[in-house]
Parts: sequence; C-alpha cells; structure tokens
Amino acid sequence: MPLEATSTFPLEETADKEFLYTLNFGPQHPATHTTLRLVLTLEGETIVKAVPDIGYLHSGFEKLGEDLDYNQYVTIVDRMNYISPILNEIAWHHAVETLMGIELTPRCKYIRTIIGELARISDHLLCVGAAALDLGGITAFLYAFNMREKVYNIFERMAGQRFHPSFTRVGGLMFDVDDEWVNMIRDFIRNDFPKAHADISKLLNKNRIFLDRTKGVGVLTQEEAINRSASGPVARASGVPRDIRKDEPYLAYKDFDFQVVCAKAGDCCARYFVRMEEMRESVKIISQAVENIPTGPVNVALDDKLTIPDKTATYRSIEGLIQHFELFMWNRRWHPPVEECYAATEGANGELGFYIVSDGEGRAYRARTRPPSFIHFSMFPHLIEGHTISDVPAVLGSLNIIAAELDR
Amino acid sequence: MSVEDKLKERFGSETLEFSQFRHNRRAIVPVEKFLDVMSFLKTELGFNYLADIAGIDYLNYPNAKHRYGVVYALANVSTAERFFVKVLLDDPEPLLPSVYELWKGADWMEREVYDMFGVVFDGHPDLRRILMPEGFASFPLRKDYPLRGRGERHNFAPIIRAEA
Amino acid sequence: MAVKFPDFIVSKLDWLANQARAYSLWPMPFATACCGIELMATASSRYDIARFGSEAMRFSPRQCDVMIVAGRVVMKMVPVMQRIWQQMPEPKWCISMGACASSGGVFDTYAVVQGIDRFIPVDVYVPGCPPRPEQLIRAVLDLQEKVRATGTINAREFEGRKEFEGPAPLARQLAPDQTMIVPGDFTTATRLRPENN
Ligand code: SF4
Repeated sequence: MPLEATSTFPLEETADKEFLYTLNFGPQHPATHTTLRLVLTLEGETIVKAVPDIGYLHSGFEKLGEDLDYNQYVTIVDRMNYISPILNEIAWHHAVETLMGIELTPRCKYIRTIIGELARISDHLLCVGAAALDLGGITAFLYAFNMREKVYNIFERMAGQRFHPSFTRVGGLMFDVDDEWVNMIRDFIRNDFPKAHADISKLLNKNRIFLDRTKGVGVLTQEEAINRSASGPVARASGVPRDIRKDEPYLAYKDFDFQVVCAKAGDCCARYFVRMEEMRESVKIISQAVENIPTGPVNVALDDKLTIPDKTATYRSIEGLIQHFELFMWNRRWHPPVEECYAATEGANGELGFYIVSDGEGRAYRARTRPPSFIHFSMFPHLIEGHTISDVPAVLGSLNIIAAELDR
Repeated sequence: MSVEDKLKERFGSETLEFSQFRHNRRAIVPVEKFLDVMSFLKTELGFNYLADIAGIDYLNYPNAKHRYGVVYALANVSTAERFFVKVLLDDPEPLLPSVYELWKGADWMEREVYDMFGVVFDGHPDLRRILMPEGFASFPLRKDYPLRGRGERHNFAPIIRAEA
Repeated sequence: MAVKFPDFIVSKLDWLANQARAYSLWPMPFATACCGIELMATASSRYDIARFGSEAMRFSPRQCDVMIVAGRVVMKMVPVMQRIWQQMPEPKWCISMGACASSGGVFDTYAVVQGIDRFIPVDVYVPGCPPRPEQLIRAVLDLQEKVRATGTINAREFEGRKEFEGPAPLARQLAPDQTMIVPGDFTTATRLRPENN
C-alpha cells in the first residue's frame, strides 16, 4: 500500500520562514508515555512554538456514562486515569452520592480514604519514576515500579483485580476488607515504602543531571497557575495552596492531621519535590487511618434501597432478593432527584470532579468529567516555549499527562 | 453579602435565576448578559479560578425548554468558595461569547465543548476540533448521535499480510 | 581425553534463523492506554521479560520484530498504527494485548475500533483487562513457538496470506465510493462525507 507524504499539519506558514523548521513529536513516542502529538516549530534546538494535537485515545467515556448505570460506569472511570484508578472511582461515586444525598458509613469512609491515599502514592511513584526514566535515570524507575507492585498486591487482596479494582459501589464498597489486608498496609507503610522513598530521594534529590534538567524548566508562575486552571501538585508547586481535601473535606479527611505541600518555584523540579513530599503526607494519613478503622457495616443500610445486597441477603431473605432485583432490572434501578450537581475530589493529578445531570433514571443523563490532565496539558505550549527540545520530556513527565484522562 | 445578593444588586433580580442544590449554588444567565456577569464575577467577586466548563444536551430531558446548556464552574482560590453559572442555548446556531480573555484555562475547555456539542464560542482564538479528527462530521455527545456511531470507526482500509 | 567436537554440523538455514529470531524478539511497544502500564510492569524487575529475550524495547519501528499493541486503538490512531506496522521490517509479528486491542473490550463506542485485527494482521491475542504480566510472557512464548514452527529464513511463510484474515465487519459498511481514505495521512484519514440529513 503506498504511503503518501503527510501534510505539515497546522503550521505551514511558520515553517517557511528562514531557520525555522517543524518537527513532529508523537503520537507514538516513548517520552509521551502515551498517545499525544506535538507539532514543534524549532529554531535550532529552541522551541519557538508548540501546537499539541490530542484525541489519539478519545474513546467516548462520557457517552458511555450516559449508557451505563451509576454502578456500571465505575468500571469505565477506572480506565480514565489508569495509574490511580481508585481515585477515579472515589471521585465518581462521591459525585453520585452527592447527587443522591447519601451519607456513607464511617467504616466505608475510612477504607475509601486509605485506598485513595494508596492510589495517590502509586500515581506519584509512577510519575516520579517515569520522569526520571525520561531524563536518563532508569534505577529510580525500577525502585518505583517495585513499590507499585506492592500496592497492586494490596489492591489484589481486597478486590481481586490488581490493576482496575472497580471497588466502590453506590453507597459503599464491593466487599469489606479483612485483617490480613490491614497487616499488608501496615507492612507497606512501615517497612517497604519509607525505604523505597529514601532510595528514590537519594538517587534523585542531589543528582546533578536530574536537577540541571529540571531546575528552571517549565516555570509556571502563581498567577498563571490560577488563570490557567491548574490544580493539584502542579498548582501547589507554583505556590497555590489549594487542596480539596482541606478546602471541602470529603470522606474522612477532616479527622486526620496532614499538611498541604507547596513549593514556590513552579518549575519541574518543584513539581517533583511536591510529589515526593505528598507521598509522605499520604503515608501519614494512612497510618492514622489504618489504626482507627471503625467497625460496623461498609454499606449504607439496605432499607435505603441504594446498595446491592450481598449474596447471603439475596439468597436468604425476600427483602434482599427484591432489592437485588430492583437495582439490576434496567427499568428500575435508582431514582435520584431530577437535578444536576458537581462534586470534586482531589485526584492524584489535581481536581477530579464530575458534573452529573440526572433525569431521575438509573443512569446519568450526562456525566461530565473535569479531567486534570486535559487542563494541565493545555498549558504545555506556554511552559515549553523558549526551552530546548530536550526539555520536552522533562515538562511532560512533571505534568504527569495520562492520555486516557486527557482524551477520555 | 452573598454572591447572589451582589449579582442581584448589579444586574437586577429578574435577569438572573438563582437556585441551589446540595452545596452547588448557581445562576442561570441569559446569553446577552453572560460576558458582563462573568467579568463581574471575576474582577469584583474574586472568582479567579475557572474549574470546568461542561456542555449538556437537553434533547430528551424532562421539562427542558432549551436544547443546550453550558455550565461554568467557578471557584475562588483564596476562600475556596464555588459558584456555577449556566447558560442555555438553542439550536440553529448555539453561539456564546468566549471567556478566554478572562481565564486562559478556558482555551481547551471551550474547544472541547465545541467539538462535542457544536456550541460555537465567539472570540475564541483557535476554535478547532480537539478530540475528534479534523474532518469528522458530527458532534458525538449530542443526544441524537448514537453511542456506537454511524460506522465511522471502521472506515479504514485493512492491511493484508502478504503485502506488508 | 579431550572431547572431540565435529568440524561442521548440518542444519537447515531456516532452523538456524528461527532459533535466532525466536530468542531475540524485539518488541515495538505500541502502548496507548492502561495495558501499556502493565507492559511496563512486565519489563520491570518483578516480571522481567528479559528472561525470554524480549527486553529490548525499541521505539523505532524499524528495529523491531514484534509489535505489541497494548491498549485501545481509536479512529484517529488507526492510520498511525498501520503506518508503524508498515515501517517494521519483515519478518514481523503482532501481539494484540488486552481486551480492547483484541475486540474493543468495554469500549463499544463511536470512536473505538472493535479489534485491531480488522486493520492489521494479528498473530497472538492476549485476553484480559489488563492481562497480567504472566499472560503477556505466555504470549511471547507462544509467539516463539510459532516462529520456530513456521518461520523461514526469507519470510516465505507470509507470501500465501493474500486474503483478509480479520473478522467480518459488524458495523455498517460504507460503499467504496463513499469513503475517502488516504492511508498514512493523519489529517485526512478519517475524513467522511458530511452527513446528508
Ligand atoms: S483492555 Fe482494559 S486495561 Fe487494556 S487498554 Fe483496554 S481497558 Fe485498558
């Protein structure tokens, strides 16, 4: 099959000028980690203009959200930011529960907090490790992935799937957790993780190559960060002390003592340090939570007609059977108010919110995601201009762009 | 004085329609007043952060009077206060002024709403499709577009093994 | 008494080439979505695909033997995938990793291709969402088996495969005069005629 030359996508005019040439970067390029494309206009090695082109992984998540019901869609949200799936599940069901006005049981709140923070740790680990990998430090990547395997083990123990657990349900969780799981977490936060964290810090914190390539690169000032809607670690590294866990405490976050990590510089290095410190704060939260998990049920009471009854209740009691039937027949299911609402949580990458429009049926009429990666990537041209082409991986790595969340 | 009161004082109580659901406080703003309200919210009331822009197609929605809705989620970074502004639009030419000048973050969010719903943002510097391919003919998140598409996804020539 | 090695051995060139190829299958990680992370996990310390000679991930298609499509492939990505496939030198193989690449998986939507085998030839399918790293290693082993069983030194085994091998189309097919396809061209490859309604 003959191949024809690609037209130089949107930049014909600039590339004609003297000394400028156009470089296509991606969509299949190792430093992008996933699928995004940049059309860079270069003067020598300096980037004059960068035009991102995305959509190479647009798979219609939001359309599926209108087709699947409030529980089913959790399997799809999982696949949105696939390096910390649990945080997406928490965000989605937080929005659904806000819409329906459900108050979770204390035990469920604690467990969700713990798994959410674990997911945040594994997200930051991958981000830090992969950023180091792109800048030439493969060892830190191997240490980070080793720890991620430990987190996977914990998730596998609780949900049976190591990667996409799909663990939350409307008004509760899929299963309750057991003592062995609690011990695994204790082991993780006491022994494995602090050691790996120290190792990674030792490898990178004073590493000349790493620091030289990240310091002063991709600077985002505080005003720009606010004006361009940055959130999460990216905003905090620019000195915007905004953390939804503190601002609008959801789940059990107000019970714990933790700090919001901020930096002033706003460059790639600051983002790296913010992520490293946030992992420590997450460990602090987990260690407070894991010793104080309240007893009691994980799901809200069956009488509320919101949660799926467990197998025993379904097979042994008529209420359970009816309830199961009510939630699974496609013309029954939930009856949320005919309203719309936005609820946000602090995802690993930033503010992860869902805007749900409900028409009173069992599935959302519209399930809009506020994707942090999408918004962070939109400031990429601003961050990269004037830097050299070898800074592209550094900036991309520090923003932690996840294509599935970027494109949905 | 709350945000609602200040808005009422500035724009009169008839033009805007206020409501609250759970913690979401919101106002429905007519298109003509939209840009004024937004810049008032930003400059006077301190909503310096645009968290999200959500497009909605109300085609089969119960009791809906307009076809499209665009919801702007605003936040005040220093007080963590949130406010939602909603505009309703109708079919032949859903047109809305762009807020890119106020919040640069609106750039891609508006492009996405355009891509998915066909709502045109007047004054946007670079309104192209963002997620779908350039020449794609429909707006996929509209309610009259089927979930499985109209066959576009399989509209490519396969490669035969012996050839490549 | 010293062991006496033969001065020469008799073997088929095909066999020799197959041995060499099977144990150094260099993957081209065409990682688009979540499965790509599991692909990374397969390459990192715990699972260590280097034990099977496949650790040398080359990001240039021209240096690879096997394309591992990990993740869903959408409308905009198909021309890219086909182009990368065409850039790989013969002999080459393809592993379709994960439910999405093999069949579209949970994403039966307007944008996602329902299985890459509709557009490029696939040798090994790996089920799972995502497949565990062990499954991917199994797939590499299976592919080695296949190479040893069917390979030839000058890639003659592919010559006979002149028919389309993928599944029959499920969705509405457009007549040839309705489509406007320029393979390999990113900007126009998915251009459709505007709807006439
Ligand atoms: S098969 Fe599952 S894990 Fe793999 S890309 Fe598809 S959704 Fe992601």
